[in-house]
Amino acid sequence: MSEELHYKSASELSELLGKKELSAVELMKATIARTKAVEDKVAAFNSYDEADALKQAEASDARRAAGEALGPLDGIPVGIKDNLAVNGQPLTCSSKMLEKFVSPYDATCIEKLKTEGAVLWGRLNLDEFAMGSSTENSAFKTTSNPWNLECIPGGSSGGSAAATAAGQAAMTLGSDTGGSIRQPASHCGVVGVKPTYGRVSRYGLAAFASSLDQIGPVTRNVKDAALLLQAISGHDERDSTSYRISEPNFLASMEKQRGRKWTLGLPKEYFANAASTPAMEPVLKAIEFYRSLGCEVKEVSLPHTDYAVATYYIIATAEASSNLARYDGIRYTHRAEKFDTKDSVDIYCQSRAEGFGEEVKRRVILGTYVLSSGYYDAYYLKAQKVRTLIRQDFEKAFEEVDALLTPTSPTPAFKKGEKSSDPLSMYLSDIYTISANLAGIPGMSLPCGYSDGLPVGLQILGKPFQEDEMLSIANEFEAAHGFKDQHPSL
Amino acid sequence: MEYEAVIGLEVHVQIKAESKIFSRVRAGYGHEPNKLVDPVVMGLPGALPVMNKAALDGIIKAGLALNCTIPETCKWDRKNYFYPDSPNNYQITQYDQPICDGGYVEIELPGDTRAVMGEHKKIALTRIHLENDVGKLNHFAEDSLVDYNRAFTSLMEIVSEPDMHSGEEAFAFLTAIRQTMIYCGISDCDMEKGQMRADANISVRPVGQKELGQKIELKNLNSITGVKNGIEYEIKRQTRELKKGNPITQATWRWNANLGQTEMMREKEDAHDYRYFPDPDLMPVKIDEDWKSRLFAEIPELPWNKQRRFMEEYELPYSITSVLVPDRLLSEWFEAAAKQAPKLAQSVGNLVANDLLRELSEAGQALVDCKITPDTLLGLVKVVEKGTIPKNVANKDVFPEMFKTGETAEEVIERKGLKADFDEGQVKVWCQEAIDENPKPVQNYKDGNEKALNALLGPVMKKSRGKANPQVVNKLIRELLS
Amino acid sequence: MSEEKHIDIDYTAKLARINLTDAEKEKLSSQLDSIIGYVEKLEELDTSGVEPTAHPHPVYNVWQEDVVASELSIEEALKNAPAQRDNMIVVPKVVD
Repeated sequence: MSEELHYKSASELSELLGKKELSAVELMKATIARTKAVEDKVAAFNSYDEADALKQAEASDARRAAGEALGPLDGIPVGIKDNLAVNGQPLTCSSKMLEKFVSPYDATCIEKLKTEGAVLWGRLNLDEFAMGSSTENSAFKTTSNPWNLECIPGGSSGGSAAATAAGQAAMTLGSDTGGSIRQPASHCGVVGVKPTYGRVSRYGLAAFASSLDQIGPVTRNVKDAALLLQAISGHDERDSTSYRISEPNFLASMEKQRGRKWTLGLPKEYFANAASTPAMEPVLKAIEFYRSLGCEVKEVSLPHTDYAVATYYIIATAEASSNLARYDGIRYTHRAEKFDTKDSVDIYCQSRAEGFGEEVKRRVILGTYVLSSGYYDAYYLKAQKVRTLIRQDFEKAFEEVDALLTPTSPTPAFKKGEKSSDPLSMYLSDIYTISANLAGIPGMSLPCGYSDGLPVGLQILGKPFQEDEMLSIANEFEAAHGFKDQHPSL
Repeated sequence: MEYEAVIGLEVHVQIKAESKIFSRVRAGYGHEPNKLVDPVVMGLPGALPVMNKAALDGIIKAGLALNCTIPETCKWDRKNYFYPDSPNNYQITQYDQPICDGGYVEIELPGDTRAVMGEHKKIALTRIHLENDVGKLNHFAEDSLVDYNRAFTSLMEIVSEPDMHSGEEAFAFLTAIRQTMIYCGISDCDMEKGQMRADANISVRPVGQKELGQKIELKNLNSITGVKNGIEYEIKRQTRELKKGNPITQATWRWNANLGQTEMMREKEDAHDYRYFPDPDLMPVKIDEDWKSRLFAEIPELPWNKQRRFMEEYELPYSITSVLVPDRLLSEWFEAAAKQAPKLAQSVGNLVANDLLRELSEAGQALVDCKITPDTLLGLVKVVEKGTIPKNVANKDVFPEMFKTGETAEEVIERKGLKADFDEGQVKVWCQEAIDENPKPVQNYKDGNEKALNALLGPVMKKSRGKANPQVVNKLIRELLS
Repeated sequence: MSEEKHIDIDYTAKLARINLTDAEKEKLSSQLDSIIGYVEKLEELDTSGVEPTAHPHPVYNVWQEDVVASELSIEEALKNAPAQRDNMIVVPKVVD
């Protein structure tokens, strides 16, 4: 088996499988071997089930032998963020609360991957309940950035990004509420796509903030992202917020638009502090590249950018405080062994005190506060109105341009422990990514260079339900640069 | 000082549907515990609610039947509170944009006697909204057990204005809602199965005072009679306290039907802080005129209208209509016969309200399984009308046979040989004989004693072996004596 | 404005049903105060006449017809329960 198998892209692997130069079992064995070889360093997985993965791979080989291969992902190992429900597998959300929880059902995206024949591989670490930007908020382990093990991989989909970067899975699924796919993808030098809100069913994704959450792909190249997005997209009756719109063939549409002269916008508010933003240089070079292609690049304004973080933290924590109320020590979660039986609510209070980590407590209490009596109008309702203004900013910008180019994150991956004592500064590092969630538009991060040896991501924000254009723009850059073939030395 | 009570009711009614309000798992009663659950009903991580169209249809229909305004749009909100029977620890409900606004319930208070229609009143509604029901807690000595079968059943909350003043009015209010819901097929409102539940807000104030007195909330009103008794007890208790000069304090009380008294559950607790906010998992609902008129067309003639019409159109006495009308099927059964011969409607009504219901109840049978049809029943009334058989024979001998066998009246009369084998001429002969054989009563009759004729009836019936029609005999004797 | 307001940490934590130690309370209330102070910058914006956004791409009337779908088996529904008896979930006695 080639040493490099674990770094081949899913599309390449798919071709090898199709030509029967590789079997799904061989691929899965190589993936398991790679995972084990580097997991001590990377710590991307909360758990994995080798026997189950090999069984899936065998089934894939049997299908292919019978001439019944299901699709391009048949036999491809896909890592799953540990907040997506897979029937019969743990679903911990990296929380003590769900440490022993085994899901009795499949998320819609998981069902779809099964229909495509993908091999579901492992449960990837995250910030507890997807709350965080570093994966340090996991109750179980701290995942390392494969490019520098002393650094965080980003978050909350840190396990997904790290595993993809480290070759522990051909591709992975993450979820993005305020940048949780794009920011870790940027920090780990991989491609991460947050689809338009409503493009991918949220059914089976443990909700953090329902009006902001989207599931999306984390891959080693743009083509793979298109493939995985294709597999999981589509209207779903079980998610009332999933959008009834047909999806294009992302890959074909992306190829077809090759060479198009795009009009690209640079939100001036995102570049105001360019000089003091360490990760900015590769981004500026990437912008130059698009100019050199003959794309029109122009400044646009998103005047309410400065209010996005505040708006986001009110809406996200309010929704979270309600979404996480179900983790209460009653039906399926951790229940405190000792609690005051004379106080009828202490079973909740104690179970939640033990089951939730610090960041989750902080956000749940903040969300409870902003919704509590007398504060609703000042915080939640106000934030919903500002959300409208932010959405309108984007609508206006997209009247002039096809997509926006921005940095994904103000800094490359930082050192573990560096920001964990100051939640507000951690929140402020989401500045470039959260607006897309508030506006419900698609966004992605694409490796565009390095800063101090750490990967830097270019963020592309697209028009609602036009992921194909966004991917196509990314594809131009990727095709002309070698970043997708750069891998961390582990 | 005189005191008066002010009562508002919150009535929860389950909407009849195959599946639950926000999940397509089966809705039902009497299943094994935790059988009717899925990820949504258990509140599992990742589960999402999806509206049930039938629940929306049900509440809109209820709103139209109860004279509400249906606003163009409504939305869903989360009411956040922790309780073991609530799977998500929030209830999906409607906070500031309910699906039905205003409206009223027409009620009837008891008349002076059962034969007299009582006063009708309109009780104003505040709103009706839709929400998910919660699971059920079963209490034991040491712990409680939770069954989520009931959780996420479609539940409407009908909220009245503080517009009632007695247990009787509350009783009438619930009865009217129940009948309307059953008529419209929205709910069976079986209180034993929890399909209809009521809480009352009760306060008492001196007559003439404008402000409301301090209210208490009364729970555990598990039957319509319980509502009446509980409220009446509570009004007396509060009045007694006020007369003693003791203030009423805000609290939640419960009705103990076994002891026949109310008891305090909990004193004023911290004001609930439910942190309502729009549910981000659900989209709002827009209701256009088309949808409303489609549902409006499905609403049948409602009970009060039907009762007034029966009294007018068929000249039925109130007492008969008040038996027929509350049961939609029975009233339709009646009318299927009555409308073919409106002049015989009273006889039909009597047979249905008395004989038919009695036989059904003795046989433990439902109307739908009854072998008598509206047509055969009308046939029986017609043979009596023709004088083929006397009414008492029809009621005592023919009707029970028809009920048992499903035969027509003619078939029963034929089979049992009940038909008179003589004509009116023969009866006339027997009457003359009786007159001749009984000069004394004849003389008494001629002297003005009407009742004396009865003494002639017996001999004629005897001669006819009981087959003569007493009304006919009566008529003939009078003719002969005039 | 932010200096005046202090989150009532006891009340809010109780409402959120989370027991906190005194040390946690102290740390959290100061952190939350600074976050709340920060988010209050929204007050600067005039939002009169602006409709709130509850859904990024709102549509109306998303429902299913009333057709029964499959349930979880009782065993599956209860397999993660911390305590169960007679196919029901055991909870401490609650006063209703």
